[in-house]
Amino acid sequence: MNEISAGQQNYLNGHKRHQRIVRVSRVAILLSFLFLWEFAANVGIIDSFIFSSPSKIALCFWKMVLNQTIFHHIWTTLYETIMSFILVTIFSILTAVLLWYSKKLSEILDPYLVVLNSLPKSALAPLLIVWLGATQMTIIVAGMSVAIFGSILNLYTSFSTVDKEKIKLIYTLHGNQWHALTKVVLPSSVPAIISNMKVNIGLCLVGVIIGEFLAARSGLGYLIIYSSQVFKMDWLLMSIVLLCIMAMGLYALINLVEKWYTKRF
Amino acid sequence: MEPVLELKNINYAYHTLEGETTALTDITFSVAPGEFVAIVGPSGCGKSTLLSVISGLLQAEKGLIKINGKYLRDSTTNIGYMLQHDHLFEWRTIYHNVLLGLEVQHMLSARSRAKAHELLDLYGLKHFSDSKPSELSGGMRQRAALVRTLVLEPDILLLDEPFSALDYQTRLSVGDDIGQIIRNAHKTALLVTHDLSEAVSLADRVIILTDRPASVKTILPVTFDLREDTPMHRRNAPEFKTYFNLIWKELNQHE
Repeated sequence: MNEISAGQQNYLNGHKRHQRIVRVSRVAILLSFLFLWEFAANVGIIDSFIFSSPSKIALCFWKMVLNQTIFHHIWTTLYETIMSFILVTIFSILTAVLLWYSKKLSEILDPYLVVLNSLPKSALAPLLIVWLGATQMTIIVAGMSVAIFGSILNLYTSFSTVDKEKIKLIYTLHGNQWHALTKVVLPSSVPAIISNMKVNIGLCLVGVIIGEFLAARSGLGYLIIYSSQVFKMDWLLMSIVLLCIMAMGLYALINLVEKWYTKRF
Repeated sequence: MEPVLELKNINYAYHTLEGETTALTDITFSVAPGEFVAIVGPSGCGKSTLLSVISGLLQAEKGLIKINGKYLRDSTTNIGYMLQHDHLFEWRTIYHNVLLGLEVQHMLSARSRAKAHELLDLYGLKHFSDSKPSELSGGMRQRAALVRTLVLEPDILLLDEPFSALDYQTRLSVGDDIGQIIRNAHKTALLVTHDLSEAVSLADRVIILTDRPASVKTILPVTFDLREDTPMHRRNAPEFKTYFNLIWKELNQHE
């Protein structure tokens, strides 16, 4: 590395300071929030029976770790979310390809997709229970139902906005529509597909929790609804915290995929 | 000599719900083997449409096209087409961009791969075969696009304003460069351009089209008395101005 000029050094220092402030502030907000909560619950400003407290939540979590029930609940929700996410991804790519392939089909189906997409999907959950029974299958389908229609519409839009000239190039090379799909449309849509996945993973989690509220015997959604009914606020808040962590983890996973992809191409 | 390409009374119209727009009327001309023909005309007159019809991307409504004596539909002659932009795919290396046409036509073989390497080497792109398109200059990219077309060994090259997206300086050198490559490879070429000096410096004949709907107005043979007939030498020859003015006058004559 060469000598760094004073101006550059100044800039680098400024940047470092900025990053440090951001990082410290983030941690400080979390810690002070936890501290205030704990403090208020301890001295009786808030009722710890209703509002719980960080230490109670941590203790509750530890107990459930010791008797191993928590892993079962986490795994159930995680499994259902990942399954519905994978199914949504596969199914929406296939459908979007089909719509792209046939302009007629996409025009015919357009109003249906729009209606299904704007329908509040939680309204479907009770219906699904009646139709499919109170099984894990129902919950996976509930998770899919939240994400799938929007996902199809988004992917179809990104497929059909691919540069027409690039597709013309394929035809000038005497290719057909299949080549246009595999050589141009799909490769150029990978960034769109990944950003679509980022949205979907969150939506699938929402759908799975809705499903678990109504028809589950395990899972974090079940834990939330059960604990609210028996007034175990420690359980309830712990489940929410675990959901936060799970959502963050899943999102980070897709970020990793994206990083891997951009590095490779 | 039998023409490579023959057009007779070609008509084409675009249809929309608002109505019909005639793009080509009664276009007739032919191109001899190894000839370099430029097509000029007012902007929007249907020059690009004409190339699309010749390549078979669009179907002529009337008239017939023969390639090497066969009707376009039955012809097995490979037609190369170069578009305005290079359209190199960013997710492929230069080498794999060059292979695109071969992949699409299921012609990938040890021989065709070797051919691709040979052409990349010949046109000074050897060291860039593993590069991404974004690492190349505009001129290099256009060369790579030409290699992608040439590797399919086309008998006729259709060039749809392939230099117009480049800045002026690059355009001059790339135009000359690619013109030379095509000439040295003895390819028959049909170049659509709005740049008159490009047409005069590259072509053996210039076909001048009328305003939309396009029909053939004049066909002007271009001959230079030069020992070394390169585009650069042509630009400096005294006849250059004469041809330029002739075409200019034809284009701006409105009866």
